[in-house]
Amino acid sequence: MTRRVYVDNSATTPIHPQVIEEMLPYFTEKFGNPSSIHSFGREAKQAMDEARERVAGAIGSRNDEIYFTGSGTEADNWAVKGAAYANRQKGNHIITTKIEHHAILHTCEYLEKHGFDVTYLDVDEYGQISTEALREAINDRTILVSVMFANNELGTIQPVEEIGRITKEKGIYFHTDAVQAMGNIAIDVNKLNIDLLSVSAHKIRGPKGIGALYIRKGVRIDNLIHGGAQERKKRSGTENVAAVVGLGKAAQLVSDNLREHVGRMTFLRDRLISGIKEKIGHVRLNGHPIERLANNVNFSFDFIEGEALLLSLDMVGIAASSGSACTSGSLDPSHVLLATGLNHETAHGSLRISLGEINTREDIDYILEQLPPIVDRLRELSPLFKQCEGGKVSV
Amino acid sequence: MYNEKVMEHFINPRNVGEIEDADGIGEVGSPQCGDIMKIFLKVEDNKIKDIKFKTFGCASAIASSSIMTEMVKGKTIEEALKLTNKDVVDELGGLPAPKIHCSVLAEDAIRKAIQDYREKKQKVKNSG
Repeated sequence: MTRRVYVDNSATTPIHPQVIEEMLPYFTEKFGNPSSIHSFGREAKQAMDEARERVAGAIGSRNDEIYFTGSGTEADNWAVKGAAYANRQKGNHIITTKIEHHAILHTCEYLEKHGFDVTYLDVDEYGQISTEALREAINDRTILVSVMFANNELGTIQPVEEIGRITKEKGIYFHTDAVQAMGNIAIDVNKLNIDLLSVSAHKIRGPKGIGALYIRKGVRIDNLIHGGAQERKKRSGTENVAAVVGLGKAAQLVSDNLREHVGRMTFLRDRLISGIKEKIGHVRLNGHPIERLANNVNFSFDFIEGEALLLSLDMVGIAASSGSACTSGSLDPSHVLLATGLNHETAHGSLRISLGEINTREDIDYILEQLPPIVDRLRELSPLFKQCEGGKVSV
Repeated sequence: MYNEKVMEHFINPRNVGEIEDADGIGEVGSPQCGDIMKIFLKVEDNKIKDIKFKTFGCASAIASSSIMTEMVKGKTIEEALKLTNKDVVDELGGLPAPKIHCSVLAEDAIRKAIQDYREKKQKVKNSG
């Protein structure tokens, strides 16, 4: 059987065995509804409280500032729409970036149709915003700044601390989508002056279909989901207790193991980056060389297209992802790569390898062994690539 | 996502390469949409004696190029011009909806190469 190497951990991760173990009883004997007052309900309620405490612990917040949601996307939607509508009397201007996840971008586009003005900040070639540009974009109607902690495609980490300083000084809410950052970098909402923060369980070895929004005490925010009085009347719907327990355990594990995890990921990442640069010509590392998540590798391979590359890798058991249009269902390649100034063909030829706890040094070496011949073969098929005498390459 | 035949042509594409003294060359597509197809023809007695391609694009673009070259090889110019993108899709046993444009590219590429061949021939005639 072909070896299988999963390096698409920014898409999702396998549930940690300890997470499953803690979740299981909440599907069976501990099935109670946390809103019930009997022992079954109290048991479930207690599990929710413990999970809340663990999530709060992972980001340095108070327990009662954590609200569980159905996904990271829901947390993003809630943060942006909720803050926008609740603060409308103060202003209608929102600032975000061109490289946000679609959960933010499409939410902002929706708000634009409903009377809000949105500024989409540019990023530099590494995918970082300029805090100077942020300052300039702020006006007296600005109510919210939403900048992701770290980008899902490039791994680039934003100057979150400086953004927090600016928004605090100006009295504007600061939301950050920390879905990719959590578990790969230390997060402290108080130190960083973050008012709203989104997380998702399945990116940190928890289950799918569960996320959380941190809402700083005192932040004015409308509800997104109306109904019963769950989540202290802020997010209705009977709680997915087993998933909440899973998120709690996953958050605890990533925060307990953060240092060791980041060290291991950085070693594997750097081995992969230097190996690719060494073995393959005409490549470009996308994203920031230093200010990047420990688990992210993103390269563009000139003259070839990403989907063909992904399929070829898949045939040898390597599961990665690409910013190519052909993998997104649209004709345009990744908006993130284009925002960093990459031309279309280079963006089409991108490959994201996102590492996780399950990966080993052997996985990296296997990728470094399999990738060069695949790139060579696709380049030989490409009219953009011409092999000249002496091994030199020209376009 | 792709059927076996598409994958087979992607893995083992037929007629890859260039023809140095080609009688007709057709290049279609653009890097913007992530597909460029380049076709080289050798024509003898009004028949496509040899055909080669190079493609920058996804698996379905490579498979469409490959199967198209197989379909027109040995055919007369008139027969080759009758080839439609639907023929390419049918021969491949189907393509996912967002990938149909790859088959259109294959049709356009062969037409453009034939057009180039005819123009070159005309020029030779005029100068001769």
